[in-house]
Amino acid sequence: MQKVQNNKAWWLVLPVFLLVAFSALIPLMTVVNYSVQDIFGPGQAFYVGTEWFREVLTDERLQDSLIRQFLFSGAVLLIQIPLGIGVALMMPKSGIKGSLCLILLAIPLLIPWNVVGTIWQIFARGDIGLFGWGINQLGIDYNYTGDTVDAWLTVLLMDVWHWTPLVALLCYSGLRAIPEAFYQAAEIDRASKWAVFRYIQLPRLKSVLIIAVLLRFMDSFMIYIEPFVLTGGGPGSSTTFLSQTLTTMAIGQFDLGRAAAFSLIYFLIVLLISWVFFTAITHADKEK
Amino acid sequence: MRQTRSKNVGITLFILLLLTPIYWLLNMSFKTNQEILGGLTLWPQNFTLDNYAVIFTDPSWYNGYINSMIYVSMNVIITLLVALPAAYAFSRYKFLGDKHLFFWLLSNRMAPPAVFLLPFFQLYSSIGLFDTHIAVALAHCLFNVPLAVWILEGFMSGVPREYDEMAYIDGYSFPKFFVKVFLPMIRSGIGVTAFFAFMFSWVELLLARTLTSVDAQPIGAIMTRTIGASGIDWGVLAAAGSLTIIPGLLVIWFVRNHVAKGFALGRV
Repeated sequence: MQKVQNNKAWWLVLPVFLLVAFSALIPLMTVVNYSVQDIFGPGQAFYVGTEWFREVLTDERLQDSLIRQFLFSGAVLLIQIPLGIGVALMMPKSGIKGSLCLILLAIPLLIPWNVVGTIWQIFARGDIGLFGWGINQLGIDYNYTGDTVDAWLTVLLMDVWHWTPLVALLCYSGLRAIPEAFYQAAEIDRASKWAVFRYIQLPRLKSVLIIAVLLRFMDSFMIYIEPFVLTGGGPGSSTTFLSQTLTTMAIGQFDLGRAAAFSLIYFLIVLLISWVFFTAITHADKEK
Repeated sequence: MRQTRSKNVGITLFILLLLTPIYWLLNMSFKTNQEILGGLTLWPQNFTLDNYAVIFTDPSWYNGYINSMIYVSMNVIITLLVALPAAYAFSRYKFLGDKHLFFWLLSNRMAPPAVFLLPFFQLYSSIGLFDTHIAVALAHCLFNVPLAVWILEGFMSGVPREYDEMAYIDGYSFPKFFVKVFLPMIRSGIGVTAFFAFMFSWVELLLARTLTSVDAQPIGAIMTRTIGASGIDWGVLAAAGSLTIIPGLLVIWFVRNHVAKGFALGRV
């Protein structure tokens, strides 16, 4: 749409600006302030410059949780994106069945995140959970509270359960936007199913997929409550991801300076990667 | 024909797998603890509503749901009030720094809540809002306002600006035009935005838990109480969990055709 240049529009965005400034800018400034100081108590703070940042960047515990985080987010994307596309392709095109599918698929997305953790905590237990019990019955030794690999797989499976529907919903609405004429043309050309997918559906899904990847990356990168409820970060620290490490540091140990420096680095990583995706989205918008 | 059948089988299977964990939670909420711990049963043998009775008769339990509802509603109202004019500005005008402002807003949706945990705690404590509903409502604006602006902007851009000009010619003032003419035209967009603000505030726990202690404690934080000295009270935990699913189910039917648009931040 043709937009008009008018700086008075600032009055309309002013409430949002003030509100977000209050709830984002002030806290962020506090974090910056802490990150360059060593605080012993009220009125006893010393300027330490970049010391915290250097310390955080060389801290092994943090590096480990950063690596775990990247592995987790990577695995999440690798599984959920193809699976989501697959599910979207299988969904009925319209009618009451389509609506029903949409709603049933959306259910996991509407459950509070701590309850998601609770559901899987129960479901995966060997004694009272159907899933854990079933796996054990198959003769496979499975115990997510004791075994590192099992804990990892359970957290991953939980996330796949929780968020694959989102990818599927996005792809579904992307598929609905393809005009019927495209398919008719493909039929005349006797294109194979694969060719239809590769040359018609996939290119048309591009912009939706960018959003799906962005959202899944962002949210899996800040995952906290679900694994916290499910495994508590254990066994050991095998499922402790960045947010949990940070929360323990800030609230549990009250290690302000270090937590603040860590926060900023964490935020910058998310921002940097998200910015790349954001530019990709605006590019895709322009091409339309 | 065989193609559609195998597709139907596939999607049915996927949805069944998706619903199994939820079924298991429901199943457990209708069992006694003896039955739960006694052995695996696929459906409740001694059907009981006792677990739900515990929640509905104890104020410290059901107040959790009320608290969550209060701050979620406050958040939805605040979000819509500030986001509507802003989204209008972004969809109609070019102004100084508009693109930067937009990305800055969005960056708050990307910020990990854990980053803001400590400063939020201190900020709201220092202005005397700790353990109030409004504190949680304001904190949740951090990610809901950017989301709302983005979704609404998408819907508003779909309304041709000729409507705006016609209204001016007919002598409407801006506020009157906005409320009487413009808002009714994008009411489905407003509904979807309200739904998403509701949902993201409802599912979030990290900030809600940190900013409250007793008076405004959300249900999610109260649920941890089921872990007592004698182990976990599985039945009550399952009942409390099952109840949290209901609000989402009640509202999703109305927005089913726009769900994807909302999840995609208004971009589909």
